[in-house]
Amino acid sequence: MSSADIPQKEQHRIDYPAFEASPAFVQLKKRHRSFVIPVLVAAMLWYLLYVILATYASAWMATPVFGVINIGLILGLLQFVTTFAITSWYVSYANKKLDPLAAELRHELETKQKAGVA
Amino acid sequence: MNAGLILAADSATSQNNPLLNMSIFLAFVAVTMFVVIRASKNNKSAADYYTGGRSFTGSQNGMAIAGDYLSAASFLGITGAIALSGYDGFLYSIGFLVAWLVALLLVAELMRNTGKFTMADVLSFRLHQRPVRLAAAISTLVVCFFYLLAQMAGAGGLVSLLLGISDKVGQSLVVAVVGVLMVVYVLVGGMKGTTWVQIIKAGLLIAGAAIMTVWVLALNGFDLSHLLAQAQTISTSLPEKAYDALVPGHKYGANPLDFISLGLALVLGTAGLPHVLMRFYTVPTAKEARKSVVWAIWLIGIFYLFTLVLGFGALVLVGPSVIEKAPGGVNSAAPLLALQLGGPILMGIVSAIAFATILAVVAGLTITAATSFAHDIYANVIKRGTVTPNAEVKVARRTVLVIGILAIAGGIGVQGQNIAFLVALAFAVAASANLPTIIYSLYWRGFRTRGALWSMYGGLASSIILIALSPVVSGTPTSMIPDANFAIFPLNNPGIVSIPLAFALGILGSVLPGGKKENSWLASEMDVRSLTGHGAEKEVHH
Repeated sequence: MSSADIPQKEQHRIDYPAFEASPAFVQLKKRHRSFVIPVLVAAMLWYLLYVILATYASAWMATPVFGVINIGLILGLLQFVTTFAITSWYVSYANKKLDPLAAELRHELETKQKAGVA
Repeated sequence: MNAGLILAADSATSQNNPLLNMSIFLAFVAVTMFVVIRASKNNKSAADYYTGGRSFTGSQNGMAIAGDYLSAASFLGITGAIALSGYDGFLYSIGFLVAWLVALLLVAELMRNTGKFTMADVLSFRLHQRPVRLAAAISTLVVCFFYLLAQMAGAGGLVSLLLGISDKVGQSLVVAVVGVLMVVYVLVGGMKGTTWVQIIKAGLLIAGAAIMTVWVLALNGFDLSHLLAQAQTISTSLPEKAYDALVPGHKYGANPLDFISLGLALVLGTAGLPHVLMRFYTVPTAKEARKSVVWAIWLIGIFYLFTLVLGFGALVLVGPSVIEKAPGGVNSAAPLLALQLGGPILMGIVSAIAFATILAVVAGLTITAATSFAHDIYANVIKRGTVTPNAEVKVARRTVLVIGILAIAGGIGVQGQNIAFLVALAFAVAASANLPTIIYSLYWRGFRTRGALWSMYGGLASSIILIALSPVVSGTPTSMIPDANFAIFPLNNPGIVSIPLAFALGILGSVLPGGKKENSWLASEMDVRSLTGHGAEKEVHH
């Protein structure tokens, strides 16, 4: 790995490994991962369950619920509902829990960088 | 279904007015060209050309993403699939939508924070630059090329319906016109112009679908279950091949594993599509990248709900046998429904929108492929980063010309091929070759260069080889080569094998002993930058 590979040389003045281990950054990373990974895994399993039901249990999916509306149509529309709901949930989580902390850390890094260059 | 309707659709091509269709389409080209020329005034730097100066807002970019994503395959393909296969067409749209959660939760913001112009920027950030960049660029070019071919094939098919041109020379001419227009848009407008074309197109497409949806619902007294009940009655009383349009299994019931394979490719492919990933760089911050995905999810989701109504509307109001017999077959369901609802004028508008859709998607793919070639292969792999940005953009512009020629030649070659097959192939390749490496390099510290190369090349090769050995290419009457039979792989979509294989290769290549040492400082830097946005590429101000 040559020094030309480092995207912006001046940023090398920041001690990234030390910053990565700092408690505030560890907390940001934990908040991010503890939300996105379980939520995405759940959404994927729910989608997979739906696809498997649609292919292997189509007779059950045909069971009418109200009038011609059957279980399959309801589950399909529920996929839309859960996608919209997860989207909104993530946005409100990110606004409250991720963005303020990320902005604080970014500010700290920029201060360090200026001090290092000066 | 009454006899008059069959007659009406039989004469669809004669009743539909090619001159009217042409003028509506030309009006779209004129308006967008005007916008592109205005938008291009500020194209000075490489960042301007590749990313529109990173100056789009989240909502504008969300519209453009929807414009990029809602290709002709979505609009014509899904409406037609629901009209002819009922519920099974709906399954496609669900996969296409849920896929956005992967992009929203795992990929969009972190990519925006660590990359500059291309997917390869992120993948090669902390691994060994040249081999990883080359692999990422190759898979970008392959995915874009298949996607491009699908759109070009769609253009030819659509034209046979629209302009009543059914001979091969006429269709080829139209493919050439599409190719030339696309080159002009991309050369003149760069990313900024392309983005505006997509925004305008997304607005037209969603508005057109909304009007038709309300119209279909109004004819059914705004009672969805009334429409569904009619669809059920018609589909269960078809003279041949009767089925229940409200129950899954009509199309995929015979080979359930194949559908699961397709479902995997659809849901994991989106977040690996290079032209979608590149759109995250056109906004100033990661927060705006998130906002754009949120806009895209709402717009795309609502659009797919419209196609549900349109598909069943076409089944009820036009009828499956009429659609099957029409020139353009399954893809003609949406234009025929428009003809049925609003006569030749609405059909002209809808067809022009569909055509504009192809043009905009093709432009987006072209700029992505050209950027990847110029920025990754030329500037960083061949010239080892010693090129000025101006020289790089010059190469990108020349690449646009080459891609234009390849797309026209390929587009003429694939006339009459199955569009859905080409799009599904692009998704399967993206999910296998790109997604594992994207996720590992953003989330797994132990991921190493060898794992990236194994996963990308392994995913690329396995998905393409399995497609070549599948029934889509040979062995059945509907195959690309119906007379030969080397289909030893039983599924139409390779996803169920190639995606887990690529994920596994990424792990194996990283944990097995041997291979080069990685730079842990860069890994820390990537970790910090991806989450905080420190050092992210800034918006260009003029």
